[in-house]
Amino acid sequence: MINLNINTQLTEKILTGFIRSELNRVGFKRALLGVSGGIDSAVSLYLSAKALGPENVLGIRMPYKTSPQHTLDDAQTMIDALGVQSMTVEITDMVDPLVAKFDDVSKLRAGNIMARMRMIVLFDQSVAFNGLVMGSSNKTELLLGYSTIFGDSAAALQPIGDLYKTQVRQLARHLGVPEAVISKAPSADLWEGQTDEGELGYTYADVDQLLYLLVDQRYRPETCVEEGFDPTFVERVVHRMRQNHFKRVMPPIAKLSQRTIGYDFLYLRDWGT
Amino acid sequence: MKIKIALAQFNTKLGDVNANLHKHLTLIDQARQQKADLVIFPELSLTGYALLDLVADAAIRPHEDDPVFNELLGASRDIDLMVGFVHEDRRHRFYIAAAYLAEGKISHIHNKIYLPTYGMFDEGRFFAPGDSVRAFDTRFGRVGMLICEDFWHASLPYLLWLDGADILLFSSASPGRGLTHEPRLSSSEWVEHTNRAYAGLFTNFVAHANRVGYEDGLNFWGGSTIFDPNGDLVVRAPDFEDTLTVADIDLNQLHRSRARLPLLRDERTILVQRELERILGKS
Repeated sequence: MINLNINTQLTEKILTGFIRSELNRVGFKRALLGVSGGIDSAVSLYLSAKALGPENVLGIRMPYKTSPQHTLDDAQTMIDALGVQSMTVEITDMVDPLVAKFDDVSKLRAGNIMARMRMIVLFDQSVAFNGLVMGSSNKTELLLGYSTIFGDSAAALQPIGDLYKTQVRQLARHLGVPEAVISKAPSADLWEGQTDEGELGYTYADVDQLLYLLVDQRYRPETCVEEGFDPTFVERVVHRMRQNHFKRVMPPIAKLSQRTIGYDFLYLRDWGT
Repeated sequence: MKIKIALAQFNTKLGDVNANLHKHLTLIDQARQQKADLVIFPELSLTGYALLDLVADAAIRPHEDDPVFNELLGASRDIDLMVGFVHEDRRHRFYIAAAYLAEGKISHIHNKIYLPTYGMFDEGRFFAPGDSVRAFDTRFGRVGMLICEDFWHASLPYLLWLDGADILLFSSASPGRGLTHEPRLSSSEWVEHTNRAYAGLFTNFVAHANRVGYEDGLNFWGGSTIFDPNGDLVVRAPDFEDTLTVADIDLNQLHRSRARLPLLRDERTILVQRELERILGKS
């Protein structure tokens, strides 16, 4: 039986505690994040505001010239509702000069450039704001590698990285995220008309169930097919997970010495705190 | 006879023994003010849990010459203590250990026997496994100590029960996992069911101290409990909260429970021995 329902109250308690603990122990009390108007950054924003107090959270809107106005409006509605600090940094003037240097910049390249420009803005503002960058990656996108490495996946903490997209929706309702944000089609908004599910070729509702069996329940792919999942769908998802594993790990270091970072120099990030 | 047990459900500083010692002394003072007879600290309470390469740096020789143990032994003159630490033996092997301190002396040290080395756990990589389990005498009667994965194996509480322990003292640093639609994590429910089962099946007291706080993305869920020899809950600390939970246990309950339900009297240890020998091919 696949049941992805979560107790949202318990989830909120664990995740707000996580945010507070992981910031405070290294001497921070503030966090900042990009607020796109989508559900993932909305949930990170609401959790951060609850964990740290709205005055300690900075939500940054970073539109490109093609970003739809309604996403900017949704972002502002949430920023106003929570009373967090905010700013808007348009990235068009950062993106276009780089794109203009080459004749053949594909949609994918341009999209990656946008995601990385937003990362630059966030990590620069993290110094000015004296806060840590809060991530908004969910478990579905991390497993599928549906992100730009060193772009939207770059963050100091990933509070919702162990929640599937369908679980993020449940948590969003509990936290009071506006229904318009929860119910709109998820999109990276890197080009006009882009939607996650259109690009991936399957719905989050379906892929979350499959990933739950493959990852959480340790089913073999062939057993998922026996359970009724389409063989091509299963194959595509398994391939995508494996192909994008590089986005989930640190780059391998070539071992030469007796003690090498990553292999036999092992400490938690929370070492000494 | 009633005794007062304090469950020190607190957060540690990873690898900083002196900072954690200070927290112990503060909690011991609080327990003393509440007239507790015994304070139980969680697994690796002096060091934090996911030590990895910090193990050797955080290790202690449990002896009065060690400045950390010396302080704890001093504190134990008027209140019994069960503390968690990295035990470095004479041959420089490192164990996850619990020490019982009373009247300024070390009564017993238990080295964790079962080191989980699967899933998110990697204890077998960094620690040596203990190789004995013993009950020991205290001023409250005979007790036995186990650490986390030790009590996921039914054989160890069973052996302590046969060795005379009427009070089982459990410590853990249990990472919370298993989010579902239920109000508690699966891990919390599982551990609590197990502890209740031991209390009921052995007609024993089972006191369990579990830590709280976070280490990287791991949360520790707390929810420390005491069950009585009927398997009834005496006290449960709140999940995730840093608390010192103090409760009375009535040792006369052992008399009443075992008069009603003589499971210990009827336990067929010779049969167990015979069947184990057969199963292990010894006869």
